[in-house]
Amino acid sequence: MDNKNNYWKTNLKYLVILLTIWFTVSFGFGILLAERLNQIQMGGFKLGFWFAQQGAIYVFVILIFVYIYLMNRLDQKFKNQK
Amino acid sequence: MELQYWIWIAVGLSFTLYITIAIITRASSTGEFYIAGKGVPPIANGMATAADWMSAASFISMAGIISFNGYDGSVYLMGWTGGYVLLALLLAPYLRKFGKFTVPDFIGDRYYSNVARGVAVFCALIVSFTYIAGQMRGVGVVFSRYLEVDITTGVLIGMLIVLFYAVLGGMKGITYTQVAQYCVLIFAFMLPAIFISLMVTGNVIPQIGFGSAGSDGVYLLDKLDGLHRELGFHEYTTGKKSTLDVFFITAALMVGTAGLPHVIVRFFTVKKVSDARKSAGWALLFIAILYTTAPAVAVFSRTNLIETVSNKPHASLPQWFDKWEATGLISYDDKNQDGLVQYVADPQINELKVDADIMVLANPEIADLPNWIIAIMAAGALAAALSTAAGLLLVISSSVSHDLIKKMIKPDVSEKQELIAARLSAVGAVMLAAYFGINPPGFVAATVALAFGLAAASFFPAIVMGIFSKKMNKEGAVAGMVVGILLMLFYMTKFKFGWFGGGSEKDWWFGISPEGFGSFAMLVNFIVSITISKFTPAPDEEIQKLIENIRKPDDE
Repeated sequence: MDNKNNYWKTNLKYLVILLTIWFTVSFGFGILLAERLNQIQMGGFKLGFWFAQQGAIYVFVILIFVYIYLMNRLDQKFKNQK
Repeated sequence: MELQYWIWIAVGLSFTLYITIAIITRASSTGEFYIAGKGVPPIANGMATAADWMSAASFISMAGIISFNGYDGSVYLMGWTGGYVLLALLLAPYLRKFGKFTVPDFIGDRYYSNVARGVAVFCALIVSFTYIAGQMRGVGVVFSRYLEVDITTGVLIGMLIVLFYAVLGGMKGITYTQVAQYCVLIFAFMLPAIFISLMVTGNVIPQIGFGSAGSDGVYLLDKLDGLHRELGFHEYTTGKKSTLDVFFITAALMVGTAGLPHVIVRFFTVKKVSDARKSAGWALLFIAILYTTAPAVAVFSRTNLIETVSNKPHASLPQWFDKWEATGLISYDDKNQDGLVQYVADPQINELKVDADIMVLANPEIADLPNWIIAIMAAGALAAALSTAAGLLLVISSSVSHDLIKKMIKPDVSEKQELIAARLSAVGAVMLAAYFGINPPGFVAATVALAFGLAAASFFPAIVMGIFSKKMNKEGAVAGMVVGILLMLFYMTKFKFGWFGGGSEKDWWFGISPEGFGSFAMLVNFIVSITISKFTPAPDEEIQKLIENIRKPDDE
């Protein structure tokens, strides 16, 4: 029972961390803070604009693959414990 | 060789490929018809999901829409990709673990009630029909533009092809056709984009190219902002929409994406839970290739358009201008009779009207690419439209044959009869979709974007709470879904079709547009569900066990 609870709690912890990043790069950097970040120039891009049209999407892809990695590791650990 | 021949060859070859695949992989059981027998490898499922997801609108119109809206176009870019994070983290693995056939299956079982199932079927049908009518129209438009047949003929040809491979192949057939369609569409989209990036910036990678400088050493985006200011347009890299509205629209599109039944059901087709997570990752990677290229294409073609036409004599414009002018997608009206093209923000002085679709369609000609590339683009656009239509069709047919007939009306139906019912309802759905494709009700274009709002307002909260809350019960979930979808329908019909007294932009609640209202309706759904579940009995032991079970890893 403890194992199972741990598994679910660890999963929830991952979700909170990853979704916080998800929210920050899109709604945060891409929308709410976009105007302020636009003061910063990165190559030919204004940073807020870049997050909204490029950066957020790259981070989304990375987030899912990080989650795949974390959960596979957790599944393995859970299996070994049994 | 003549362009028209190339197009017939490319389209003919790609259609032969799809039909061959459908015949080889045709479904022989309901399990194969609904969810491809749960045997699709994650990468293949990722490609199929990407093709299923990216419609004719993503392929042809999106870059153009971004091109005309600049920063405001970001709502589509973030909205239609960010939803996959929600899918991968909050929905796909658990729904796969649950392991049935459809979204209403989950809602009906989790909320132990056929009322909940019925409401879910109703929502699935509304969402899918608003979406598929637009797809059939898209097929017709692509046919008529590239093959010079009229739209009706185009819709009919598309209908026959989809009918053949969706009805025969079921989910198993369309999955592998969608894999092929993804390859065709991504190749067709990337090739001209890469060439144009090379031409404008000297960089092979469009994603980097649009952040670099042109031959004059000025950053492309700075130049475009400058041109926009000069001509009176809103600066390209900042928004015109209110921040609040951008926030709500992005959220509605994200959550709606995660709540669309034809996307969710793709994650039922893999072997195990970990594969469901992997497919979501692959799907988003494959989608991101197009979605990060589209804003680059938007900038290249916007700059190119302004530099080519602005204040230039109409007589000396390049050949592609004349060609697309003949189709009516570009129109020029020399208001001040000076023979020059005035392209400015002020509608009194502006002489040029440009359809958003031009930005992608005319790309190969602007970049002076050979005819066979244009032919591949035609095949790509058709692949995008057909793959999405087929995916939606499957949802509609399984909603009818599985959720309505098997689960609610006649539970003792044999598998053979259910399979026949599934195929018949697919035929019925194609006919209806084709009818709407040929006689589009005026609201098609408006409602496709709103399908997301409907999905966000109905399914998403019910599914998420079904997984993450053990206390959520049928009373709460049903009330939430009903209030959510009715509220969304009310708001969209009020402000889009003028029902319930209509209203204009200044009557919007809190300044939220109908496109963004799905997020609001979703919040209301959550609040209603949670409140009602507090005053009604919690689900019994058996449901608690079901929830425990879907939270556990694969082999438990």
